[in-house]
Amino acid sequence: MTITVVPPAPSTLEGYNFAYLDEATKRMIRRALLKAVAIPGHQIPFGAREMPLPYGWGTGGIQVTASILGPTDTLKVIDQGADDTTNAISIRRFFTRVAGVATTEHTAEATVVQTRHRIPERTLREDQIIVYQVPQPEPLFRLEPRRMETKRLHALADYGLMHVRLYEDIARLGHIAKAYDYPVMVNRRYLMSPSPIPAFDNPKMHRMPALQLFGAGREKRIYAIPPYTEVRSLDFEDHPFRPIRAPHACALCGSRDTYLDEVITDDAGGRLFVCSDTDFCAERQADSAKEAAE
Amino acid sequence: MTTPLLKATGLNLRFGAIPALVDVAIDVAAGEVVAIVGESGSGKTTLLRVLSGMMAPDAGDVLWLGQDVLAMGEAARRRLMRTEWGYVHQNPRDGLRLGVSAGGNVGERLMAVGARHYGNIRAEALSWLAKVEIDASRIDDLPRTFSGGMQQRLQIARTLVTHPKLVFMDEPTGGLDVSVQARLLDLIRSLSRELGLSVLIVTHDIAAARLLADRILVMRRGQVVEQGLTDRVLDDPQHPYTQLLVSSVLAA
Repeated sequence: MTITVVPPAPSTLEGYNFAYLDEATKRMIRRALLKAVAIPGHQIPFGAREMPLPYGWGTGGIQVTASILGPTDTLKVIDQGADDTTNAISIRRFFTRVAGVATTEHTAEATVVQTRHRIPERTLREDQIIVYQVPQPEPLFRLEPRRMETKRLHALADYGLMHVRLYEDIARLGHIAKAYDYPVMVNRRYLMSPSPIPAFDNPKMHRMPALQLFGAGREKRIYAIPPYTEVRSLDFEDHPFRPIRAPHACALCGSRDTYLDEVITDDAGGRLFVCSDTDFCAERQADSAKEAAE
Repeated sequence: MTTPLLKATGLNLRFGAIPALVDVAIDVAAGEVVAIVGESGSGKTTLLRVLSGMMAPDAGDVLWLGQDVLAMGEAARRRLMRTEWGYVHQNPRDGLRLGVSAGGNVGERLMAVGARHYGNIRAEALSWLAKVEIDASRIDDLPRTFSGGMQQRLQIARTLVTHPKLVFMDEPTGGLDVSVQARLLDLIRSLSRELGLSVLIVTHDIAAARLLADRILVMRRGQVVEQGLTDRVLDDPQHPYTQLLVSSVLAA
């Protein structure tokens, strides 16, 4: 009896079109993307496909990424700021297998960054594209349940409702309590949900040199912010928008101006504040180690 | 006579076989309170909805300061609705946001027209709550914890906060008990006099019409059967239906 040795799975899968989606689907998504870029902040419906992962895991972001990816691109995937969490690893591996593109954990090396819940701390460049995974594209969702009516409100730029919500926060709690998915006005026209990034990241969207694309798979909507577009967080004149961050320094790299995660270290109340952007934190640690060695 | 704020001519509307409006003409001058009375199903509320642009008639024109309301775009009409017009619904639950505090309800129209200063919005809300006799301590309470009369007063405050020129009121006292009705009528009268407001009020309550209105229109089966100064119409009704209506009021 001979034992057949199963060869290890090839790094790229055979039988799939480049980047998983068929070309007709990609073309449809690219047309939606062009439309979205032409009308910054406006939600464009598109025919989202079934993807080999569940809704809520980034089906919208993956489809956008698949449509813009070329063989020479370098992909970085962020999940809650980290490069080494399940979602980030599996999406990166997915594109390695179906597109054979290079992947990286370093923001500076990437040409396409797909992200969930964070914008990298390092400023993005003009030759980079950031793709957001969006669970709920409609900023007025909690305030107005009828889709027809929210479309009308967007068409008429009738956004008093969102300010009523912020008013309520201040009246009840003394400050605007929304800490993530903080609504923004894009190009002074469309109210937009920035996907659940922390409010801390909102100022980074303002006049960002990189193209920002947003994909919502379950809700079947795409929207975009072209480079150097004005993005303003909603606020009141006497209660200005403030990006919220934990008032600590990162325990690993000592940074005082990055967004921090609170990590529980034991069951005796021990806790640690570390940078949420793992790549940025590791770079800073490497830099300071190099300085110490010199 | 000065040119009317609102002028409607030749309004016709049918719901299938039922004539809801038949050749209705109406005009409202600045600072005038006009009451529309009639039995239920006579087309009072339909007339109000057509005049406020919420419903399109089969034929006829509605002019606001010479501008055709029905030909306006929706954006322009909405702007009108939240600046120069106001609409007080019969049921305050239709006009209020029940999940938003009283202050937020009053402030909504201000924010919709671009107010972005929290302190000013709140001060304005407080002053309007005082005008409609709602205690300042209730400003952060939800309207669903208010009594029916308070909800109606809150709706009036919310409507008047942007100083509209014309307010449509659809039976604002319906469903309230008599003493609350009396206070509400008193409030509407004093506010409209104080602010020089034009009011178009739909009611089936003849007594309310006499108290508030300068002029009165009597409707029946979609037709205006009689109109004129309130006292003239009520003291000397000409049309048989108006006579019936006036004689059927119980003298308290």
